[in-house]
Amino acid sequence: MSEPVLRVEELRTHFFTKAGVVKAVDDVSFIVNRGEVMGLVGESGSGKSMTGYSLMGLIDPPGRIVGGRILLDGIDVIKLSGEEMRQMRGNRVAMIFQDPMMTLNPVLRIDTQMIEAIVAHRKVSAGDAHAMAAAALSKVGIPSPEERLSAYPHQFSGGMRQRVAIAIALLNEPDLIIADEPTTALDVTIQGQILYEMQKLTRETGAAVIWITHDLSVVAGLADQVSVMYAGRIVEQGTAEQVLGRPRHPYTRGLLDSVPANNARGARLKQIPGMTPSLLDLPPGCPFRERCSYAQSDCARTPLMRPLTAGQSVRCHHPLA
Amino acid sequence: MSAADPSMIAPRSITGAQPALIELNGVSKRFVKPLDVAARIGNVFGAAIAEEVVHAVDNVDLRIAEGEVVGLVGESGCGKSTLGRVAVGLLAPSGGQRLWRGEPVEQMRAISARRAQLKMQMIFQDPYASLNPRMRVIDIVGEAPVVHRLISAKQQVEYVGLMLNKVGLDPTLMRRYPHQFSGGQRARIGIARTLAVKPEFIVCDESVAALDVSIQAQVLNLFMDLKAALNLTYLFISHDLGVVQYIADRVVVMYLGRVVESAPAAKLFNQPNHPYTKALLAEIGRVEPKKRKFAPVVGEIPSPLHPPSGCHFHPRCPYAMPVCSETSPALIEVSPRHWSACHLNTVSNTAVR
Repeated sequence: MSEPVLRVEELRTHFFTKAGVVKAVDDVSFIVNRGEVMGLVGESGSGKSMTGYSLMGLIDPPGRIVGGRILLDGIDVIKLSGEEMRQMRGNRVAMIFQDPMMTLNPVLRIDTQMIEAIVAHRKVSAGDAHAMAAAALSKVGIPSPEERLSAYPHQFSGGMRQRVAIAIALLNEPDLIIADEPTTALDVTIQGQILYEMQKLTRETGAAVIWITHDLSVVAGLADQVSVMYAGRIVEQGTAEQVLGRPRHPYTRGLLDSVPANNARGARLKQIPGMTPSLLDLPPGCPFRERCSYAQSDCARTPLMRPLTAGQSVRCHHPLA
Repeated sequence: MSAADPSMIAPRSITGAQPALIELNGVSKRFVKPLDVAARIGNVFGAAIAEEVVHAVDNVDLRIAEGEVVGLVGESGCGKSTLGRVAVGLLAPSGGQRLWRGEPVEQMRAISARRAQLKMQMIFQDPYASLNPRMRVIDIVGEAPVVHRLISAKQQVEYVGLMLNKVGLDPTLMRRYPHQFSGGQRARIGIARTLAVKPEFIVCDESVAALDVSIQAQVLNLFMDLKAALNLTYLFISHDLGVVQYIADRVVVMYLGRVVESAPAAKLFNQPNHPYTKALLAEIGRVEPKKRKFAPVVGEIPSPLHPPSGCHFHPRCPYAMPVCSETSPALIEVSPRHWSACHLNTVSNTAVR
């Protein structure tokens, strides 16, 4: 296999608040290969979105990337200047957000917004840019793209708006697309349509995708690789088959057991006791040990990520069989 | 049509075996946007501008037996929340009748209507928006039972403590404000507030949708424990079929204001009859580590302002026939307790794939 599109090494993003240091992303490493979908799974506050924002260089003070490397096609993104980063963003890496109403400007027509994204990165004529925008819209399954180009965002439904956001992300044929909960706000039948388009597009364009979500079932159907985050760290990593089929970390196991569809009707759901710890001044040791039924005294030592079988690794002193 | 005429209701009603705790007969809810001055003036000069009417709920029958958990599913804008609000009495129906233990609520004397109303409560979706940020937990949970004279003001502390214990919260936290709690704890406060007035029938409107999956499991378990302990009856509204499959005894599927299918949960999930239900089930979240080929339902959810003619689902339906755009199919009992509104059941007997 060729060099991966993205190689993240020991990424640390911390927030320096008055109350203390919040380690939102703490020692996160992963690889995304060309044409692959990496599912980044976790509950709210686990740091999955902050990982995505770090890759895009979108961390605002009091947050700061304090360590690690983000190698996009071999170039360390963290070392880039503001201007170089801007050239990268929307061009080589693109992001799709949860709420398409927030990403689209409500007072500009779709064509204005799309053409702006094209001419920011390439020297093309207005006519060519218009044609590219129309082509992108038809690629994501929007009927009569030529007419829809002159519409405003409010004239689209939620699902159509998200398609427009995806079309904008695809405009400059990025190597990497970061999708942050893009289907969470959508109805299930519309979610199915978007997932179908994404699956088709990754196959056609060969772009790598990081799919950030809390929904394990979406990841199960879409992702090649899965990374599970908990309290700012990746606790388990592997192929979708390995992680979801035979989880080795007690947290992953607990998450899968909590899904109602995985449980027999009427039987009590297996639940994880307690709640996610505050990331503010997190004590050393495994952050899951308070909720873990397998915890032992040595869990007070911080576990390191260690490989188990081919491709599957886990951050746990006592991995499950 | 007259909803009060029993002969008109009987064939359409979705009957359960036990006597109904709450019953909705031919209930409709219309939202009308009145014409503004300009439109009214325009009409004087013959512009013929009509009022905009949304049929949020269109002639729905629903019977819920005591101790039953009915799941109400559908996509956004299908009217499931409106139906829930009508059922619980937060919205007055534009047509049809609401019966509590066999008695029409509208015709009850004021005092018994109030007593019946207190037995029906609602738990809302957003644990952040549904708690007053300026009230302490003790007031959020304890205000209603004092107002309704279930307890005296002196008993409030003890009573609220009891309620918090019931939902798995530490009673020593009752002097705190909502912002001092996590999402899961807030959901529990919302449940405690509902339980405080000793309801018998609870409408849960997307009550676990905003929670993380590990917290969602805790709250779902709490719902089932409370049901067993207090003999509660739930109308569980959700767009998450996985949750409904787990919790509901019977499932009602809505599409654009109408019930399209209703069946015992096991039946509905194993042998869905309506093409819309089948489409929904295809999208159900299963955590199988296998690459799925997503084969989505085509088209958008139509605007409830201008619903399609005939069967509302026909523009998206893979089995649509000419008749589907002409007449709207009636709910018929395709097998015992399994009701479906689809022309395929009457036009031909060939099973739908």
